[in-house]
Parts: sequence; C-alpha cells; structure tokens
Amino acid sequence: MSAIENGELEVTDTDGLIVAITGPPGVGKSCLVDGILHRLTPNNLVAVLAVDPTSPISGGALLGDRIRLSVLDDKTKADSIYVRSIATRSSSGSIPSIVRGLASHLLANNFDLVIIETVGAGQSEMRCAAIANRIIVVEGPARGDGIQAEKAGLLELADLIVVNKSDMEGAERVVNDLTVSLTLTDDAPPIIRTSATKGDGLDELSEMILHLDERVTSRRARARQQLLMAHENILILNPAFEAILDRMSEEGLVLEEALRLLNE
Amino acid sequence: MGERQRIVIAKPGLDGHDRGAKVVARALRDGGHEVIYTGLRRTPDQIIRTVLDEDARFVGLSSLSGAHSHLFPKVCELLREAGLGDVVVFGGGIIPESDRPPLFAAGVRAIFGPGTPSSEILEFVNFASERDCGVGSEDDWHWGE
Repeated sequence: MSAIENGELEVTDTDGLIVAITGPPGVGKSCLVDGILHRLTPNNLVAVLAVDPTSPISGGALLGDRIRLSVLDDKTKADSIYVRSIATRSSSGSIPSIVRGLASHLLANNFDLVIIETVGAGQSEMRCAAIANRIIVVEGPARGDGIQAEKAGLLELADLIVVNKSDMEGAERVVNDLTVSLTLTDDAPPIIRTSATKGDGLDELSEMILHLDERVTSRRARARQQLLMAHENILILNPAFEAILDRMSEEGLVLEEALRLLNE
Repeated sequence: MGERQRIVIAKPGLDGHDRGAKVVARALRDGGHEVIYTGLRRTPDQIIRTVLDEDARFVGLSSLSGAHSHLFPKVCELLREAGLGDVVVFGGGIIPESDRPPLFAAGVRAIFGPGTPSSEILEFVNFASERDCGVGSEDDWHWGE
C-alpha cells in the first residue's frame, strides 16, 4: 500500500463499490464507520481508508481515526476489515488522488466495499466525487440555520444524507430544513437519522450503503472533479513543485514567474 | 529534515496516562512524520495489527504502569513472528535504568525517559531509518550507547 501511496506502483482501476463518507469535522464520521463495520462484517470484507490532514507547515500528520474503531477489538470481525490511515500530503482536496489507486488495489483483492472517510470537509469540498462512486454526506444538529441547507455545494452530490446525533436537540430541525430544501430537487437523495452512540438508524444505514443508487445529476459533477484532480496531480507531481514553493516563500518569487517555471 | 516515516505510537497495557505519548506524537508530526496514534490500553496483538495495516516503519511504545519489562519484549517478539522484522521499536515512559539492558536485548532500540528533548527523538528516527536496525536484525546497537 505504501508503494502505491508513494507513487512507486501503478494500479489499474478496478470496478467496485467505493463509498465516501464526508461531512464537517466532529459530526461523527468515524463513529458511523465503526457502527457500519460492526454490522457489515464478518459477512462482507470491508476496507476503510481514513484520511486526515497533513500539516502545511511541517509536512507531518497525526492520524487518529483508528482510535474510534472499536470493531477492531472484536476478534470475530477484525479479520474481515482492513484499515489504513492516509495523510492528505500535497493534495489540496479532502482526498489525495492516490486513494483511487489504493481503493482499486483493495477491490482487486476481493474486498466487497471500500469506505473512504474524508477529512472533515466544508461546504464546497467535493473532491471525494472524483474517486468514490457513492457519496454519503453526514450532517449534525446545531450547524447553523435553515439557509445552510439551501446553499449549493456538497449536499447536491450526496447519494444519501445522514443526520447523525439524532438524539440531540436540533437534529429534527436539520432533517426538516434538508427535507424542505430537497423537495425542490428532481432526484433528491434519501435522508436518514442516526445516532452513532446509541446505535439508532445504523442497521438501516448499513443496509442502504450496499445498495445505494447513483444520482444521475451528479455524473457531470463527478467528471468535473476527476478532471480537476488529474490536473492538480500534474502540478503536484512536477519535480520542481517543492523547490518553487520554497522560492516563493523564501525568495519572494512572484506567482506569474512560478507558473512560468512550472510550465517549462 | 530526514525522510518522512510512518510511525505508530502505542500505549500497551493497563495504563491510562497518555500525555507523554501525545507529546511525542505531536513532536514527530511537527518533525514531518506521519504518526498513527492507537489510543489507550492496547494489547500487543492490537499493536502488531496496527503496524501491519498502516505500513509503519517505527513503533513507539509508551508505558508508565511498570509493565514494560513484559510488554515491550512481547511486542518485539510478535513483530518478528509476523514477519515485521524491519520495524524499529523504541520506548518511553517511566523505565528504570536497571530495566533497560534486557529491553535493548529484546530488540528495543531506544528508551526515552521524562525530560528528553523532542529533537533527540527526531534525531533517533532519522538515524535509525538509515540503519538496518529493525527488531529482526542481528544489530545489537541501541541509541545512546
């Protein structure tokens, strides 16, 4: 896996179910993944690629998504699960492009499902669409008023919307706001309520995740993200990229000149 | 700065204090490494599983409970059994001088006690990454000898 991550090994794409679980930080993505794993294993082989941010200063990362996965302590299930933490490294999105290769490799090795847990993502963070073929957006209570549900962005790409922490005050209002907003959409995704800590809704979510329909309207958006990611890759993989960053920060190299050097 | 390493920081055994482990994890992160933190009260088996899944080259064990003389060699032994002999093991916590020689003999390559500057741990990682001193190697070197 490290060989793929470091770009030393090329992987051909493999068809299969790749589900991204995305949403704002602290909304309960890791705990939901744990709940899903408890229900889908050992009957399915499930891989989790958990992405956490790389420090833009040091290039290091603290990868802590594993801590939430209590399912790994269950010996009857742990053998059906593979969990790999991934740092975003130089990529700008919530998923580095190498995740596509990692997911393909896992699918080619008999995994039934690859779950990508993204970095806690904001409203316009849609890069996961370039890699995953299904997207679950997790929302939670107390995340702003009804206007938030009307805004364009990530929610429009969701194949399923999960409102987590449904036991907490305000969750029902979020469900209502989202429902009202989505009634104006032609192929609205389903919305379900979960409470990862109490276990509510997790059976339903786990069942749905294996049979999610793809929204037709999001196809163009996926293609767009794939194109953007491929283009960004050319930039990041440019051997001069890091050296040019150094010159910009230390020697005052101007942007136009940096772009010219990159295009040489 | 040396090459970026993937490092598991683990808390084996029944020990609820992880301030030190978190400080070390943070220092390694700020040193440009990718650190996977396991959380508290892990068994040696769980730690080996994490190292395997995460392709880690280093594993740092933190113990303040006094059980290091049992747990650290156990982790070294299981790593070798799992075919992970290239993984470098280091330790930290409250570990008396007199307990250290047997740990080094078991394959632990460094012990960092309280007050160790984080720069020293980073130096160790950079140095050890250049040297064939995984837990399965014949090398009997340890840091600070």
